Amino acid sequence: MYDFTLTRPTTIADAVSALQGEDAQPIAGGQTLLPTMKARLAQAETFVSLTGISEMRGISAADGVLTLGGGATHATVAREAAASYPALASLAGRIGDPAVRTRGTVGGSIANNDPSACYPAGALGSGATITATGPNGSREIAADDYFQGMFATALEEGEIITKVAFPIPEKAAYEKMLQPASRFPLVAVFVAKYADGVRVAITGASTDGVFRWSEAEAALSGDFSPAAIEGLTPPSNDMISDLHGTPEYRAHLCKVLTARAVRSAQ
Amino acid sequence: MENVTLTVNGKERSAPAEGRTLLVEFLREGLRLTGTHVGCDTSQCGACLVHVDGEPVKACSVLVQDIAGAEVTTIEGMANADGSLGTIQAAFREHHGLQCGFCTPGMVMAAASLLKENPKPTEAEVRHYLEGNICRCTGYHNIVKAVMAASGQDVAPPAVAAE
Amino acid sequence: MPKDHGIGASSKRREDARFLTGKGRYTDDINVAGQAHVAFLRSDVAHGRINGIDTSAAEGMPGVLRVFTAKDFEGVGGLPCGWQITSIDGNPMQEPKHPILADGKVRHVGDPIAAVVAETAAQARDAAEAIVPDIETLPAVIDMKAALAEGAPKVHDDLTSNLCYDWGFVQENKEAVDKAVAEAAHVTTLELVNNRLVANPMEPRVAVGDYALHSDESTLYTTSQNPHVIRLLMGAFVLGIPEHKLRVVAPDVGGGFGTKIFHYAEEAFCTFAAKELQRPVKWTSTRSEAFMSDAHGRDHVTKIELALDADNNFTAIRCQTYANMGAYLSTFAPSVPTWLHGTLLAGNYKTPLIYTNVKAVFTNTVPVDAYRGAGRPEATFQLERVIDMAARELGVDPVALRRQNFITEFPYATPVAVEYDTGDYEGTMTKLLAMIDRDGFAERRRQSEANGKLRGLGINCYIEACGIAPSQLVGQLGARAGLYESATVRVNATGGLVVMTGSHSHGQGHETSFAQVVADMIGIDEGQVEIVHGDTANTPMGMGTYGSRSLAVGGSAMVRATEKIIAKAKKIASHLMEASADDIELKDGKFTVAGTDKELAWGDVTLAAYVPHNYPLDEIEPGLEETAFYDPNNFTYPAGAYACEVEVDPETGKVDILAMAAADDFGNVVNPMIVEGQVHGGLAQGIGQALLENCAYDADGQLLSASYMDYAMPRAHDMPMFQVDHSSQTPCTHNPLGVKGCGEAGAIGSPPSVVNAVIDALQSGGHDVRHIDMPLTPARVWSAMNAAK
Repeated sequence: MYDFTLTRPTTIADAVSALQGEDAQPIAGGQTLLPTMKARLAQAETFVSLTGISEMRGISAADGVLTLGGGATHATVAREAAASYPALASLAGRIGDPAVRTRGTVGGSIANNDPSACYPAGALGSGATITATGPNGSREIAADDYFQGMFATALEEGEIITKVAFPIPEKAAYEKMLQPASRFPLVAVFVAKYADGVRVAITGASTDGVFRWSEAEAALSGDFSPAAIEGLTPPSNDMISDLHGTPEYRAHLCKVLTARAVRSAQ
Repeated sequence: MENVTLTVNGKERSAPAEGRTLLVEFLREGLRLTGTHVGCDTSQCGACLVHVDGEPVKACSVLVQDIAGAEVTTIEGMANADGSLGTIQAAFREHHGLQCGFCTPGMVMAAASLLKENPKPTEAEVRHYLEGNICRCTGYHNIVKAVMAASGQDVAPPAVAAE
Repeated sequence: MPKDHGIGASSKRREDARFLTGKGRYTDDINVAGQAHVAFLRSDVAHGRINGIDTSAAEGMPGVLRVFTAKDFEGVGGLPCGWQITSIDGNPMQEPKHPILADGKVRHVGDPIAAVVAETAAQARDAAEAIVPDIETLPAVIDMKAALAEGAPKVHDDLTSNLCYDWGFVQENKEAVDKAVAEAAHVTTLELVNNRLVANPMEPRVAVGDYALHSDESTLYTTSQNPHVIRLLMGAFVLGIPEHKLRVVAPDVGGGFGTKIFHYAEEAFCTFAAKELQRPVKWTSTRSEAFMSDAHGRDHVTKIELALDADNNFTAIRCQTYANMGAYLSTFAPSVPTWLHGTLLAGNYKTPLIYTNVKAVFTNTVPVDAYRGAGRPEATFQLERVIDMAARELGVDPVALRRQNFITEFPYATPVAVEYDTGDYEGTMTKLLAMIDRDGFAERRRQSEANGKLRGLGINCYIEACGIAPSQLVGQLGARAGLYESATVRVNATGGLVVMTGSHSHGQGHETSFAQVVADMIGIDEGQVEIVHGDTANTPMGMGTYGSRSLAVGGSAMVRATEKIIAKAKKIASHLMEASADDIELKDGKFTVAGTDKELAWGDVTLAAYVPHNYPLDEIEPGLEETAFYDPNNFTYPAGAYACEVEVDPETGKVDILAMAAADDFGNVVNPMIVEGQVHGGLAQGIGQALLENCAYDADGQLLSASYMDYAMPRAHDMPMFQVDHSSQTPCTHNPLGVKGCGEAGAIGSPPSVVNAVIDALQSGGHDVRHIDMPLTPARVWSAMNAAK
């Protein structure tokens, strides 16, 4: 790891201001970023830790919306959102392993937008609203506009994710097939049924990162059953090809896991 | 370099640390507590698992400056006050839950977190919880038995000789 | 009643108290005052010519003491290879130079180009990155058959080709085998890949070199399974340091599995640099670095043919194997695909004619050497897979086909040069079948099918030659070392014993089981016996721990030394009790005179040995310390039968192991608890090979599985609870303990049963899949199912 200066602001305002400094980058739980830094693939003069900001850690459910502070850890979400949004809590409770969940945060995961991360599927599948706070104040970004491809997001330099609001669906489920080495999803599907339709978000599969499978959404909005997608061709978004699966296999898994998520949705 | 102070195994301990100093480096090199091991660099093997403010954490994936002031428990703090093995440690010994011993500190610390959260886990729950701890020696069989035994549940006794 | 102490008891491990409390002392826990740290700059291309290395920027970086490149090692030897194989044409294998730092060319990703020694590890790494190598990328050879093609780029320019050796075994059998295969009633042919693996002990390698100016002595602390071997190889062949000026210490070692047998460049570098700089020099491998610098395992491409007569008797086996050596010859690499592989092709069966041809190939990949089982898993896998395939083709029960062809009489001389001393293959198979409820399988399969899953049962046998030893034999086979083992037993005046062994424990629990043996022989408490290992300064020359040899060879040396102790102690006792030495008995730590009530405690005699006031000084010397070197006259042959039951999810191709059973014959067992633990670990590594682990390169020689992000290590929930049995015991006839060795069995025996089970499951679902190469990942299983639709 290259050396750097670590600063630990305790308020969002101080964090935003610290990020205005020369070559300053935020670090949240660090569960993805620190291994990347150890491999010397990420560096900055200053890292601004977001872990000391208590106003970013809150979790609340009201008016059909679950709101997570950007600094809410996976372990906390798994525990505290279980009653209000069980499918999302289940997603959080299956990220990495227990020690990773102690430190990893929703904001960090969504800001990084790893093409195989879990939270982007939960956020896109729920049609979440992401609050980004920067030097010009806060703005709200719809998940549909936020995720812009592998590791690419609508976040501007100097902005951090302070809040993510998840509309709570009638039913939802998250089904994932693990990549056996990294334990990230090989493919995972988040299905959420809302009064106005069904959303299907898929992670791990595409070189473009998380995406919505619109054909499945249309079919499921009419008939929320596994049978509804039986006749569909699996999505053809540029599938990832690697040691762990061919594009054909990943496309196939998209369909299998979508059906399973529909079956297990509650 | 700045001086970082932690409460480690109940005692206040200080040592200098750079911005990039990881908790595990601080423990091993700064405080010479070498029971916490490093088995990988991608945050997967769990040999470095310790407790920070009571929660399981991979000490290779935490900057020590980021947790200044925290309470940290390591394998060196898991024995009973009289120096005898704690319940989990004793169960690992009784059920041969370790061989080379390198993953063992992390396993014991992970098991302690599990039993705190779930005092009577099923076999499947134990296996699932240990997802972030890799052992290359035991095939996990006796680790799982040891954790089940440490939770006070009946497990088959260790192998005995033919009569 | 089960025994509660001594041989046969599941004594709790004395090692555990320190490991469980964080008091283990592994190499990385050792910090020598004043130590500097080294970081290696490693090649990021698989093959390239080094046109220059600009170290000037690095030399000016903070904390840097010195930057080393190949030119600093002029006159220093390269890493030696410890085994020579002779090709069919009578020529010795091609043996390339293996410099400590790449000289002229880089030959694999990870090949060390330069090394920076600096005050701190971080400074060394920072500076290593500032070195600018000028490397002209050359075309790489990765695929073995392509590497042997006419005009292929050569890994070593000074060799005639990429062929290390072309070995035929038994060459005299070739014609008869060809004829038998041509005339067979049925021939089953299988082409397969035995996947490349990385051993991955959880402790990465570490080396700390130290140099004492006052005595001109070098010390190396290293993560090794055999410190004496490292001392010999590094001292005599690399650095030219005589043994009496070189000490090698392997303290607590966090697993080895073969990959810590070998002598590595980093060990020689740290020892050399410590003397050059007159500073201790430490290197700690990262896991990512381990993937490109630890010797890999397996990596064979094989075609096997099994010939049967009209009554389904095996008549001949013919094999052709390409074995990957990687870019250089690691310490024992040439022996793995040959003598540790070809000699096991008879398996548990009385096949009269066997021939194998092995072509060892240099490629631009990390060197390949022994990994748990080493050659024997490859032999077992191909044999047990082809037998299963033959049973399926012939429509016969795979267990019955095996039983029909079992060797039943011992000793048995195989057509591949080894003689099995004892065994009972029917016995272990019978045990296995009793463990797995084969009769209930059909019902279990129906239940799985009702849940939309395919269920399969796979069974196989294995045999291994271990207790790797007889020096004269292995010398004839090309070993450049002896393979005896040693022990010194020192009895202290007050009766406690210190046993100094040439074996090394890195998880096997020798400190416990070795003590059980000695304590049992004397009849004293195990706590009175201390086992010392791992330091060349206080152990006799020994060859170390690998090949399931520690108890069979090292334990036997210890028994011989203890026998000498007991003989001498009886002489002392006979003097003290004024009786004939022949009448003295030693039992439960007491000397008695037959037919009398005279007795002396063990401690009275040991005290007399060191306070020889009343002592037969005209006949024997004072003191009680004996050394024995033990060199057996044969390998040992553990064997067994394994079974695996799986469920396959036909939608995803995911395989779940529902049950894994192992019935082994290890001969006599000293500590059943430890033996079972060894089997468990081996099973997990075998299941890992079968389902998860794969070390893969792309066509350019980039390592695709370069960290735990892509190399799938078995986790707890990938494994079932295992059923193991070792009650079928045919003791080894040629070592004093009657033991055979248990360390590798699980890894050798389990991969074929897993694959056999998956094939069985897929066939039951109507998928005509004959074979899938390991690892049977969900993607591979799904693809095979769909290809066979």
